[in-house]
Amino acid sequence: MSEILARLEGVSRTYKKGKESVAVLNELDLEIPQGDFLAIMGPSGSGKTTLLNLLGGLDKPTSGKVIVGDDELSSMSNSQLSSWRSSHVGFIFQFYNLLPVLNAHRNVELPLLLTDFSSKERAERASIALDIVGLAERAKHYPRELSGGQEQRVAIARAIVSDPSLLLCDEPTGDLDRDTADEILRLLQVLNRDHGKTIIMVTHDAQAAEYAKRTLHCDKGTLEAKEAA
Amino acid sequence: MRGPKQIFAVTWLNLRNLPQRIGSSVVAVIGVAAVVLVFAAVLSMAKGFERTMISAGSDDTAIIMRSGSTSELNSGLSNEQALIIAESPGVLKDGDAPVMSAELYVVVDVKKKSTGTDANVPFRGVQSGAFDVRKNVSLADGRMFEPGKNEFIVGRSAQQEFAGLETGSTIRFGQTEWSVVGSFEAGGSVSESELWTDVRVLQGAYRRGNGFQSVRVKLQSEASLSELEAALEADPRINPDVMSEKEYYSGQAAPISQFIKLVGYPLTILMAIGAVFGALNSMYSSVSVRGKEIATLRALGFGPLSILVSTMIESTILALVGGLLGGAIAYLAFNGFQVSTLNGATFSQVVFDFAVTPDLLIDGLKAALIIGAFGGLFPAIRAARLPVAQALREL
Repeated sequence: MSEILARLEGVSRTYKKGKESVAVLNELDLEIPQGDFLAIMGPSGSGKTTLLNLLGGLDKPTSGKVIVGDDELSSMSNSQLSSWRSSHVGFIFQFYNLLPVLNAHRNVELPLLLTDFSSKERAERASIALDIVGLAERAKHYPRELSGGQEQRVAIARAIVSDPSLLLCDEPTGDLDRDTADEILRLLQVLNRDHGKTIIMVTHDAQAAEYAKRTLHCDKGTLEAKEAA
Repeated sequence: MRGPKQIFAVTWLNLRNLPQRIGSSVVAVIGVAAVVLVFAAVLSMAKGFERTMISAGSDDTAIIMRSGSTSELNSGLSNEQALIIAESPGVLKDGDAPVMSAELYVVVDVKKKSTGTDANVPFRGVQSGAFDVRKNVSLADGRMFEPGKNEFIVGRSAQQEFAGLETGSTIRFGQTEWSVVGSFEAGGSVSESELWTDVRVLQGAYRRGNGFQSVRVKLQSEASLSELEAALEADPRINPDVMSEKEYYSGQAAPISQFIKLVGYPLTILMAIGAVFGALNSMYSSVSVRGKEIATLRALGFGPLSILVSTMIESTILALVGGLLGGAIAYLAFNGFQVSTLNGATFSQVVFDFAVTPDLLIDGLKAALIIGAFGGLFPAIRAARLPVAQALREL
């Protein structure tokens, strides 16, 4: 049995909507082994993204514990979480979230500004990351000069440049055509298989989920999760 | 090192993004520029007036008037008293002759070139020592008036501001026709607003007998003022007010410069409040437009402090640009702009230049920075406290 990288213990998350409280996650327990490639499926509002945000330290549970590695995220301050995110987790968003004023190389280099690497080291690491995603020759291109698939590859390079153990992908192929989506998913498989990254991917797309090692279903936000058949 | 690097990186990104929100940024810059422009323009009047008045005065020249006089206009000294003053201790001598000028001060009507309306212009009768007791006074063109003749020389500022005072022209004051025989410079001081003639001629023309209104003496040193004052106060034949020329003109400058400041500062504060709202609007818009970027940066691990500080820096930079723009416009449009105003102490016109001085510009920039800091603070707090998960979901 692989070592557990992330663990949710009795995690609940409730949002206030006016005077009403809406429970999105309720007493959720989950263990994610190191090296897992987990797909989380479910309809809108079922709590998939909330789960991802909790694992990435972007949100805090109303109750329960979120533990990633040796760190209990639920007890960290916002500043501590910022610092933790910079070295432990890489995010891949549906709409890439690249900064339009920076070229691909600079976008990838951005997380390294939060490290103590010299500018030369930063440049080298950004080049390696772009090489891994197959976009070394597009380093000087700005996001507006790239296709959707290329933008997502740059975003993946940005997510791995700090060498985090955990990659969190929120609908990474939601804005791409089938062929491009398959390319991105194959790239994620390579990162999981060859580079040892633990990947948690939220998706609506059953075909995308097939690239994962296992799939969990969230059911209408009722906080139930079960192994896919 | 990570903190400053983060702040620098986020600030650089903010500034790179400026073209995307050029409209609101320009509004903020113009708002701050207007504040600094008005601040510098209004207070440059006070500065210019002070400079004109105070630059005329010297610490080693004493002016002696009758006790209780508020200005030369309501002073009076006899010929005998002028001689006593000239022989008093502390007065500088050139050989055996004291360096002094006993003077008479009357006001004549001359039309302003700009409006064609009559204005009170000081007409000063002076003695031959007038150039020696004042600093930086020299003949600019023409020649010196000849004693005993109805001739005068005119200060350069008065010549520029008032009609009919060109060198070589003649002008009538009352029943007397006068020839303008030359002009003089006095370093832009209040003396340049005056007309100078032989004091004996002026006494005759205005039926003032052989009396004077003031006596200026060059002192042996600045410290000689108290010696002269003590000697004159001890003399029962004379009841004088003795002060340095600088002190005399400073006293005259104070009411007008204080009035201008009384108008200028509240006006600046009111406009600054408006500019703060302009900056707030710009920065809230900036935070709103950059919501996706801020949320992404926060997700990548950039801390809330770097977002806060960088937003403040952006606001301050915009304000600084506005301040520099306003200061530059104020300098180009107003520095050296010549006007005249009534000096309440002498009921006569003083011609002076607006002076947009370096310290005024620095004060303007300080005001701009304060506006920028206030304008950026609340948007910066909003940016730093942006709930990342929620912001990412809304994008």
